[in-house]
Amino acid sequence: MKNEFQVIADLIEKDKKVLDVGCADGTLMKFLKDNKNINIRGLEISKEKVQECIAKGLTVIEGNAEKDLKQFPDKSFDYVVLSQTLQAFLNPELVLDELLRVGKKAIVTIPNFGYWKVRFHLLFKGTMPITKTLPDEWYNTPNLHMCTIKDFFHFVKSKDIKIFKSLALNNLNSSIINESNLGVKNLFADLGIFLIEK
Amino acid sequence: MNTEKNIKTLIVKKPLILDCGKTIKDFPIAYETYGSLNSNKDNAILVFHALTGDQFVTGINPITNKEGWWSYAVGPDKAIDTNKYFVICSNVIGGCMGSYGPSHKDPDQKIFGTNFPVITINDMVNAQYNLLDHFGIDKLFSITGGSMGGMQVLQFISNFPDKSKTVVPIATTSSHSAQNIAFNELGRQAITADSNWKDGNYASNDTNPGKGLAVARMAAHITYLSKKGLQEKFGRKLQEREDLKFGFDADFQIESYLRYQGSVFVDRFDANSYLYITRAMDYFDLAKQFNGNLSEAFINTNAKFFIISFTSDWLYPTQENKDIVIALNSIGADVGFVEIESDKGHDSFLLDVPDFLSALKNFLDKSYEEN
Repeated sequence: MKNEFQVIADLIEKDKKVLDVGCADGTLMKFLKDNKNINIRGLEISKEKVQECIAKGLTVIEGNAEKDLKQFPDKSFDYVVLSQTLQAFLNPELVLDELLRVGKKAIVTIPNFGYWKVRFHLLFKGTMPITKTLPDEWYNTPNLHMCTIKDFFHFVKSKDIKIFKSLALNNLNSSIINESNLGVKNLFADLGIFLIEK
Repeated sequence: MNTEKNIKTLIVKKPLILDCGKTIKDFPIAYETYGSLNSNKDNAILVFHALTGDQFVTGINPITNKEGWWSYAVGPDKAIDTNKYFVICSNVIGGCMGSYGPSHKDPDQKIFGTNFPVITINDMVNAQYNLLDHFGIDKLFSITGGSMGGMQVLQFISNFPDKSKTVVPIATTSSHSAQNIAFNELGRQAITADSNWKDGNYASNDTNPGKGLAVARMAAHITYLSKKGLQEKFGRKLQEREDLKFGFDADFQIESYLRYQGSVFVDRFDANSYLYITRAMDYFDLAKQFNGNLSEAFINTNAKFFIISFTSDWLYPTQENKDIVIALNSIGADVGFVEIESDKGHDSFLLDVPDFLSALKNFLDKSYEEN
């Protein structure tokens, strides 16, 4: 399991009810179910991935976060997880609002466009950056709204969303992001993980 | 029509008050079982059949000598694995494979015909509930069925919220749409317009409205398939001829196919049963039973739901299946949902559609492991 999922799992207490939005093959869901006795649900757009989840015995709904989150009642989950998908929605702001409506708290992770390798790539190669967390070419990337850790940090603040914890992830190391180290973390982390509430 | 010796029946002594207000008692329910009930009695799956199905789910149907209607899904090592599960299926009341229906005799020994009470999906599941007592089953492992079978699944768990651990409605709806009612009405009109129908008393007049019933079946059969499926299978191919004959014989293969489907259907199905069962489907509106709030139908159950629809099913389209998912999600129920890619139309659930069969198998087997 990737380190990101371990960090997310560490943010969630045992026995909670969790919705994994864009749960893919259910790796995180399975881990949470088996190790933390989490009452876990998934929402996934890909039919193939839904089948993989069913084969793991996971409860998954085939659907699209932009349309299908609205069927869940307010605060019906303790946590709603969205891993590296926010930038792929047509309207990320709307999805973020929905995550915070459905979940008492939300855990959102974003691939950081401010990561030094990304900046370096664009600066010296002059082509769209390709990294471990941004593996696609400009013409086939699902990402529509790339942002940096700094962008997301400011965006969340401007919407009066409370940040409980924000973590910068670089390979195996995670570290706390705060107002004073934001610039540095924005340069050296390839992933940002935010625990938020509204 | 029935060869009684191959039909197992349970005589229900307890009076059943029907939705129409009439009461029936001492009536037969014809059923079949597959696999064996374990000592804990926790491996039973109640399967509900669709409009023209019967209790003979899999293997050779002893009455028609054809494969059971869900042979692709039910059997040893199949999606509903009879090595593991005890499968029970019964003929719905109103049907014609041994359960109490319009071809039975009333207390005065006259064949009911259209004097049989109008039954509903609710009546069907209330009648079938008696099978649990019969087998001494306190809680089923699962209930499942497609189309009208799915409606019975939804009604059953609503009526008996703690009687099944898992619930799998397939290609179904919680409320029959105007289009569905329209197609059923077309079928009923075809039957009643046949002069041999005799106001439903064809048995005593020694006639059979086979032509009308065949047309009903032909029309319905089209709704079970998709445009793409029909086009790929038949296109404009001609039936055993080089060119058009400039007449009204079956020039096209699709015509011949439909005529065949109609003709074999009348050999195994009773015209009055067709009227009664389609009526039951039309009357089905689960939300209406709960003042328009479908969620209320499921408020008392902790069962785990898994809902399946098919991309090319235009009779019970994905959206109608999703409405059930939405109703369940809004009360925080445990519900999974998948739409299976298939161009085989509504009939997909009866056919060899590997993604469907593996999803069904995985859901059941994984849920059973957690038992």
